[in-house]
Amino acid sequence: MYDVAIIGAGVIGSMVARELARYQLSVVVLEGAHDVAMGTTKANSAIVHAGFDAVVGTLKAKLNVAGSEAMEEVCRELGVKYQRNGSLVVAYRPQDMEKVRELYDRGQKNGVRGLEVIGQEELRKMEPAISEEAVGALYAPTGAIVCPYELNIASIGNAMDNGVELKVEYKVTSIEKKDDAYEISNGTEKVQARFVVNAAGMYADHVAAMVGDTSFSLYPRKGQYMLLDHDCVGSITHTLFNVPNELGKGILVSPTVDQNLLLGPTAENQEDREDMATTAEGLQMVQTNALKVVPSVNLRGVITAFAGLRAVGSTGDFILTSPMKGFWNAAGIESPGLSSAPAIAKYLVNGMAKQGLELVEKADFNPIRPALHDFSKMSIEEKNEMIRKNPLYGHIICRCESISEGEIVDAIRQNPPARDIDGVKRRTRAGMGRCQGGFCGPMVTEILAKEMQIPMEQVTKFGGGSYMNVGRTREEQSHEKD
Amino acid sequence: MRKIDLVVIGGGPAGMGAAVAAYDAGVKDILVLERDHRLGGILEQCIHNGFGLHRFKEELTGPEYAWRFEKELRAREIPFRLNTMVLDITSDRVITAMNSEEGVFQIQAGAIILAMGCRERPRGALNTAGTRPAGIYTAGTAQRFINIMGYMPGKKVVILGSGDIGLIMARRMTWEGAEVKMVLELMPYSGGLTRNIVQCLQDNDIPLLLSHTIVEVHGKERVTGVTIAQVDEKRQPMMETARFVECDTVLLSVGLLPENELTKKADVPLDRMTSGALVDQRRMTEVPGIFACGNVLHVHDLVDYVSEESEIAGRGAAAFLQAGGAKDDCHITVKPGKGVRYTLPQRICAEEETTVFFRVTDVHQAVKVVVKAGDQVLQAKKRPRVAPGEMETVKLTAKLLAEHKDQTLTIELEEA
Repeated sequence: MYDVAIIGAGVIGSMVARELARYQLSVVVLEGAHDVAMGTTKANSAIVHAGFDAVVGTLKAKLNVAGSEAMEEVCRELGVKYQRNGSLVVAYRPQDMEKVRELYDRGQKNGVRGLEVIGQEELRKMEPAISEEAVGALYAPTGAIVCPYELNIASIGNAMDNGVELKVEYKVTSIEKKDDAYEISNGTEKVQARFVVNAAGMYADHVAAMVGDTSFSLYPRKGQYMLLDHDCVGSITHTLFNVPNELGKGILVSPTVDQNLLLGPTAENQEDREDMATTAEGLQMVQTNALKVVPSVNLRGVITAFAGLRAVGSTGDFILTSPMKGFWNAAGIESPGLSSAPAIAKYLVNGMAKQGLELVEKADFNPIRPALHDFSKMSIEEKNEMIRKNPLYGHIICRCESISEGEIVDAIRQNPPARDIDGVKRRTRAGMGRCQGGFCGPMVTEILAKEMQIPMEQVTKFGGGSYMNVGRTREEQSHEKD
Repeated sequence: MRKIDLVVIGGGPAGMGAAVAAYDAGVKDILVLERDHRLGGILEQCIHNGFGLHRFKEELTGPEYAWRFEKELRAREIPFRLNTMVLDITSDRVITAMNSEEGVFQIQAGAIILAMGCRERPRGALNTAGTRPAGIYTAGTAQRFINIMGYMPGKKVVILGSGDIGLIMARRMTWEGAEVKMVLELMPYSGGLTRNIVQCLQDNDIPLLLSHTIVEVHGKERVTGVTIAQVDEKRQPMMETARFVECDTVLLSVGLLPENELTKKADVPLDRMTSGALVDQRRMTEVPGIFACGNVLHVHDLVDYVSEESEIAGRGAAAFLQAGGAKDDCHITVKPGKGVRYTLPQRICAEEETTVFFRVTDVHQAVKVVVKAGDQVLQAKKRPRVAPGEMETVKLTAKLLAEHKDQTLTIELEEA
């Protein structure tokens, strides 16, 4: 019997897990996929919103501002890259400045610090590459960028280092209320817990329905993105939003913490909760709109395109409810979900405490998770110290991002262990660069096979049937027979 | 800081050829830095034959061709470091490199020859829509899986791009028992060598669909198929021709890009057309003492040409060192004209016979390659057929160069 079972190891489930790891509780996180951060967390805009956008008085408004305020410290503890680069909501027509002022007022009411309405000249000074059509902007100095899966991996990793258990490939199929506890099942293995947190992302409404809560539903909204190489960032430093108007929301152009340039997203409602395919129209829309923001953007520098799904809730706000004692929903966590994550975690833990979860602090809780060695950014002396201790750090596997064998092995051995090619990529950036794993893919496959002690043909890109290879060559088969 | 006369970055055919040529021209203090665990570069996974027809008048495999140069390197006892990654170079020729044994170390080089080769364009560069399953590889990655590691990346294959590696892999995968359904080429002509189209595709009954592309990738975990379509003159897919082709693997052979990340760190100016450095006839870049050769400079179709170029660079670096680092005045500029995509070298600094390499923009039958100074035609040579996939050359004599000092020479195509 666990004290708490968390369903879903996305950024919300993982931050709740880390929050609970502070206390003398037994906690398990159940994740349906092959790795953590595989759902809505995996592909979004990677923005810590300042909090001026959400409607005053909503949970979104309250938790965004609180989450954004807490984020820097959380990232520091978890060794996660965080950059308070500031965001600009840019108007391209004089009449859109009205909306800018509206956002300013809303931001003031939400308690966002430092907001400013700026004119064309100042805007141009801050972002020389911005379109000449830009007439002014709302400047939010507290807007920031963070890597969502890095934050996710670090949170669950730190939670695990402090005693939380993670079960991957555990897809919940039923939940039964028994006296003082819930019995969760995936069809073969049962897990019992006094409290349940439903952080099942795109499927949180299905999980809620398992305990009879049909008070909300979710629908997927696809967002397509393009990611550009390091040398495309140029002079762009801020996150550039468009003022939403009758023509649409436009797309954002933003540097990432890893110094790529991110363009997107589209916003397409759909039925399918799994469909994350990009479309020709979607990618075209992203390109066309990016050029409206920064006409000089080098679209030849695109290294990958991808799509993510937002779990849009039927209520319009975050759904942080307890339909019955001990069961908590964390559903409909669309934007600003990532920004709000630290505050959502605290909100849910407080909610459970009010229902009788005893929060007795652990004396040995360690909030610090050292950054996965950002080897390429170390000084020569630091690098040599690392290589002396472990020569694998001297062996570069990923050329584009300068990632060593030592870092890849660490990612496979540390919490939460990487178990596939994409898992290594998200943890180390090996394969994330301009050649997209063309050179390092075969070598990472080999390292995974060796570390996990599995045959090469069982190594997957992201679990399931996503095999990298389908077996030995004829030539090798004939050698094996000899 | 350790000082070395000549540091060669890359131990593939270009780097080895350059090191050997520099040695023979009198430079004895040389170090070759190679990132892989053996010399030979990409040739090590090119186990098919056809290498060396020009240079050795025989058909060698890639590893055999590389071994010829490695033997020369070893015979001269030119030192090399394996598993060594160069992390940085500066315009004043300080190299920072790293390996497991020595850690991070720096070298002040008298001259540097860049020979890092090229990489393949990945899917992202194509903006192909669809899912992102396993089973999409560049042709070179598949080649490494099969030829070096002995694993099959898939069984039912569609190849996008008819570059040489794609053609070679179509045959290789067929021989390994895979079903190669088709090779698609966006352009109305193949970018590969004619001999590869005949030997790799025609001999194995693999259809080549010109003016076709993949418009969507399908499959959640592993590729389950692709939607292909014919493209119009503007290379836009015509959706009425779209059809689904079942496959579990997509190989991409859609172009090679010189790998110039280090070059950029040393502030070496690049040519937008070659994506490699701007060089003079000795293959010296615009940063004195930094030379480049092989696929890092421009993508070659035959390794024989790489070897030829590497020797020019090796001798050039030797001359630079022996002249005490003096920089010649470059007075002749070579530019591509009508029908020509790029020329190399882009500058000529001495009145010595110089071969200019160039690529054309389109397939043409019966053309004249014309060298011009202004409107004046200096020389013309008839060619029965030219194609973007096959490198062309034109020789400029010492006399011609002496007569046209301080001028811009244009190389262009005219109807014959």
